[in-house]
Amino acid sequence: MLKKILKLDEDLAKDGPRSSKVHSVAALFDTPDEIIHAAAETSNAGYDKYDVYTPYPVHGMDAAMRMKETVIGKFAFLAGFTGVSLAVAMIGYMSGFDYKNIIGGKPFFNLPASIPIMFELTVLISGLFCVFGMLLLWNKLPQISNPLHDTNFMKYTSSTRFGVAIEASDAQFDVDKVKSFLAGVGGKDIEVVYYPEENIVPQTPIFNRQFIYTLILVAIVTALGTYGAIGKLVNILPFDWMHNQFKVNPQNTSTLFKDGRSMQRPVDGTVARGYMPYEYTGMPDSLVKLLSNPVPMDEKSITRGKKQYNTYCSPCHGYFGAGDSRLNGQFPNPPTLHSKKVREWADGNIYNVMTNGQNTMPSYAKQISRDDRWAIVNYIRVLQRAENAKDTDLP
Amino acid sequence: MDTVNKPISDKVSKLGYALTGIGLLIIVASFLTNKQRGAFDYLWIYMFLTSVGIGGLALTALEYLVGATWSVPFRRVCEFLAGIIPLLIILVVPLIFTMGDLFHWLHPEPGDEILAAKKPYLNMNFFLIRVAFCIVVWFIFYFFFTRNSKKQDTTKEPGLTRTNIKLSVVFAPLFFISMTMAAIDWMMSLEPHWYSTIYGVYYFAGTIVCTLAIVTFISIHLKENGYLNPRVSNDHFYSLGTLLFGFNIFWAYIAFSQFVLVWYADIPEETVWYMQRWHHGWQYVSLGLLFFHFVIPFLILLPRSIKVNLKVLKVMSVWMVLAHMLDLYWLIMPTYSSSPVFGWQELGMLLFAPGLIIVVFTMKANKENITPVGDPKLEAGLNFTL
Ligand code: HEC
Repeated sequence: MLKKILKLDEDLAKDGPRSSKVHSVAALFDTPDEIIHAAAETSNAGYDKYDVYTPYPVHGMDAAMRMKETVIGKFAFLAGFTGVSLAVAMIGYMSGFDYKNIIGGKPFFNLPASIPIMFELTVLISGLFCVFGMLLLWNKLPQISNPLHDTNFMKYTSSTRFGVAIEASDAQFDVDKVKSFLAGVGGKDIEVVYYPEENIVPQTPIFNRQFIYTLILVAIVTALGTYGAIGKLVNILPFDWMHNQFKVNPQNTSTLFKDGRSMQRPVDGTVARGYMPYEYTGMPDSLVKLLSNPVPMDEKSITRGKKQYNTYCSPCHGYFGAGDSRLNGQFPNPPTLHSKKVREWADGNIYNVMTNGQNTMPSYAKQISRDDRWAIVNYIRVLQRAENAKDTDLP
Repeated sequence: MDTVNKPISDKVSKLGYALTGIGLLIIVASFLTNKQRGAFDYLWIYMFLTSVGIGGLALTALEYLVGATWSVPFRRVCEFLAGIIPLLIILVVPLIFTMGDLFHWLHPEPGDEILAAKKPYLNMNFFLIRVAFCIVVWFIFYFFFTRNSKKQDTTKEPGLTRTNIKLSVVFAPLFFISMTMAAIDWMMSLEPHWYSTIYGVYYFAGTIVCTLAIVTFISIHLKENGYLNPRVSNDHFYSLGTLLFGFNIFWAYIAFSQFVLVWYADIPEETVWYMQRWHHGWQYVSLGLLFFHFVIPFLILLPRSIKVNLKVLKVMSVWMVLAHMLDLYWLIMPTYSSSPVFGWQELGMLLFAPGLIIVVFTMKANKENITPVGDPKLEAGLNFTL
């Protein structure tokens, strides 16, 4: 088997029969200095359909060949710019509009997280653009081989030596003149390269019917194979008795409901457990005081109120509501909670301050649940009573 | 070999002395009026000069390390810049005496557990040992590199190049360790509760950009006034410009790497450092840095034609030096003041640092060859073409 493959390889490598149509005249050189010199001489002599072949990039070749500054840079820049724009548009659309997802509390579309993608797409698009540009423009894509392939010349210039090939399409081309010119600049092993027999009219195996059929076949087989393996094979369960139940799965459609969703939305106006909407925002005191305290004044609610008061209110109001803040003046000191005003306030007023805040005091509705806020009111009443205890209160 | 050996014009060195003198006066006056501000400004200057000195040394070593030839014709520029290193020994003294004004970790509040845990590293004695270590390492390698290089001018002994290659192999790891240390000690420890593991690399990136910019500027200036071999061509400057461009992208890459991790994780103990630089006017400095150091120079330096246009390249190198100054300002000054300050005190940086660089450079250039005439790679370096 291996022998057979190797044999096939050898057959492929063998040069096919050549026609009598001249493609170019090629000469070899031994050192980088010689090739630089030869390239300069060739361009001085006015040839312009020629190329230099070296096994590695030789410094100074551009200048010797008098190449103009390439436009690749400009096109690559445009391609790169397309890449950045695509990236911004893509991320902007996907995470800003189409599929908004809160990730780490960041804005839906944010620049810092997009920069790596902008960077990658810039590099990718400009890279791909240059590679395909090279294949199409420089390598003249549908044509997949160059008559210089499989020649002695190519064998050396891809390993140890350097070469110049002047092509027959050049206006001044004349086989004998070019030969003697190349010999004159020190070229060795001068060789006339002919078009291969089957390649005179540039036709290419890319349009070969068998090749195209094979390509299509490979595409179909790969697609089906991948689908079968990833879509079906790995999803086959050894037992599916519990997997397939008669139930509605989330994120699926269901015929059970009219709107076809398996997950129903809550009825309009639904409120979360333990949450009561507060409708008195911005209302005057006279209305607010009508709110009645639903939490009974008992030991349980007072203990709870004490705990919450000490946690949330005491830093500013002091443990006993005297307004002796522990914040060392970093926040304005609040007034005492034992003022006549607060003592005569209805429970609803105090509740309202906690829920909406008052001037500099912020709202605590987010931190403290509704029942706990009422419990705190109860505890404040206890503090007030203790501060203004009457003799009759003594046991 | 046609090397030019004429002294640098008197005007240049006079300018250097004038700038240094005025700068020095400003620094002293600034110390006297407000000691703490003076200390922070001086730290800013010191870190900039450190950048230039060790940057010059690093580029010299880099040439030996990678066996580059194209840069040989202006290696001396790097060596002369490294001549700042011996001065660091003197320049560091005022900082030692104002450490109390600079470093919070010297007098932490009682009960500060973080600083207590960092005490084994952040304490006066160990700090001074590290400072001495860094300067001594830089000085030793500076001494040997330049001595060998200078000796070669007369002896033309290729063995000296080999010795310097060996030195550069030893120097490379020591350089990275010492410069990371310097960056962490002098700048990162200004805000001792915060840390970033990429800080050293960030300073390194800025350092190399700044030094390359200065080398580019000086080389173009020398070339324009006929101090360099006429065979030093646009191809050489193209290579310098490309390096400048490349390292500037590297700087942005590192800066972004540091930022994006902190931004994404959004943990208060990490974000403080950026929050400090995002309030009370610092946000304009931060954004300014992004555009001034990266975005605008990136777009300007991108086309190949610009990198062989010596006039533009010269302007851009001054630009990049200013950008590095801004970068260091942005690293250091937010610790001193919660909103950006810029007054006559800060002019000390703009005058003293360039002045000192000019003085050191002209002094060296008048005493030694501007081209390393004995270097065996010089011929290949002059022949360099793209
Ligand atoms: C951040 C500090 C702070 C916290 C915490 C705080 N308060 Fe206040 N509170 C104030 C300030 C300041 C005022 C005075 C506001 C004003 O200017 O009217 C005030 C006013 C009040 C008043 C009205 C007093 C009056 O005479 O008008 C009440 C009642 C009150 N707070 C209750 C509470 C309760 C209950 C809590 C705990 C849930 C609490 N506060 C938590 C700072 C605070």
